[in-house]
Amino acid sequence: MQANTLSGGFADPATQSAYAFRSVMEAMARPGTIQDIEGAAPPAPLSPAMGAVLLTLCDTETPVYLAGDMDCEAARAWLAFHTGAPFVGPAHCMFAVGTWDALTPLAVYPIGTSEYPDRSATLIVACSELAAGTTLTGPGIKDQATLSLPEVEAFQANRTLFPLGLDFIFTCGERLAALPRSTEVSRSSSEAIAQAGAS
Amino acid sequence: MTEYNFAYLDEQTKRMIRRAILKGLAIPGYQVPFASREMPMPYGWGTGGVQVSAAVLTPSDTFKVIDQGADDTTNAVSIRTFFQRTAGVATTTATSDATVIQTRHRIPEEPLHEGQILVYQVPIPEPLRFLEPRESETRKMHSLEEYGLMHVKLYEDIIRHGHIATSYAYPVKVEGRYVMDPSPIPKFDNPKLRDMAAIQLFGAGREQRIYALPPYTQVVSLDFEDHPFEASKADHPCGMCGATDSYLDELIIDDIGGRMFVCSDTDYCEVRQAAGHKGKDAA
Repeated sequence: MQANTLSGGFADPATQSAYAFRSVMEAMARPGTIQDIEGAAPPAPLSPAMGAVLLTLCDTETPVYLAGDMDCEAARAWLAFHTGAPFVGPAHCMFAVGTWDALTPLAVYPIGTSEYPDRSATLIVACSELAAGTTLTGPGIKDQATLSLPEVEAFQANRTLFPLGLDFIFTCGERLAALPRSTEVSRSSSEAIAQAGAS
Repeated sequence: MTEYNFAYLDEQTKRMIRRAILKGLAIPGYQVPFASREMPMPYGWGTGGVQVSAAVLTPSDTFKVIDQGADDTTNAVSIRTFFQRTAGVATTTATSDATVIQTRHRIPEEPLHEGQILVYQVPIPEPLRFLEPRESETRKMHSLEEYGLMHVKLYEDIIRHGHIATSYAYPVKVEGRYVMDPSPIPKFDNPKLRDMAAIQLFGAGREQRIYALPPYTQVVSLDFEDHPFEASKADHPCGMCGATDSYLDELIIDDIGGRMFVCSDTDYCEVRQAAGHKGKDAA
């Protein structure tokens, strides 16, 4: 066991996780906004934002899937010590962690059932940057918002599953953004306006 | 402050509630089941709202609690004091100063802004419950978007009374998908649910459900083309501040039928009175 397995958690879990949750909630309630989140110092390849989200939401009741390079000894040991979350494959996870390339294709994750659409996975995606980008419309967004997304088609397909589907948290350094299943993703702003006009 | 964990609940419970809130925000209007805890107050006193508030509060929040619009009723005072003691948060009665507002059966008159969170106490979260008592059936009805029964109920209102007589807990449809109970707010408040800048969270403790409306969500009160929804209130100005645009409580003031109408939102009424507005019954 390495020393950094034991360190890097919240020093004051009750208040730090409260602040971290508010960042996550604001991000999920206002898709496209970029929030700061801090307090965690997990070992690489986990980012501070990723670590804080996992500390805030995961425990022994939440199966976690570590995708690709995230599935390493350092990440497993740190998460096991700080959250106690069991590690599972993608088909049974509540949270999945990885880069976009490692997490895709999305068909393997639970999307909920028509009677319990909440029983679906949340994907925590490591991004190299968070910035303005693709146009978003939907609940939580006044007029429209924009966010840099790794691709467009996968999120458009996910939207068609509503109320089933996956929810996404994008992390980069100490910042995060989110994309719930309810958000419409368009390629360009003119497409978004055409969509708004049609509905 | 050292006797309790921050905001009373233990961390594992808060994580469970927080996960439910996030799913609720992702599926607006859908009731997410959660493992409601026993709280140090009876069911029916806002245990659902209290648990949601406990999960979202941070030490830097300013907390306001209203009960039917009033800051100074027993339920509001006790919940406000509860979080003052267990979370050490600042409290206020001013709507504009609050970052988290827990409410029983009203939406404040003053429009809420971004950065605020409105937490509703919900007794019966299932809008179809009085039409279909079986949870297994109402769950199926939501999954199949089978809401005909609700329209039949509103139609029966029209047959019996000549108009839709449902005056509170008036059902709404969220983003064209889920029919939702807005909690027993008067239907006067229903238009405020739509396109609100604040985050709206609903907690039902006894019934173990959490649901949510993200900001700027489309919320439509159910109605018929020939009987459109109408947000109604008592047709009087407020006796204390003279407001004509606020929801009013009717007070009986003597035993010979005397009555007066006053704003149910005490903060709204007091701010107006302080600004010099005066109603006909003001001293």
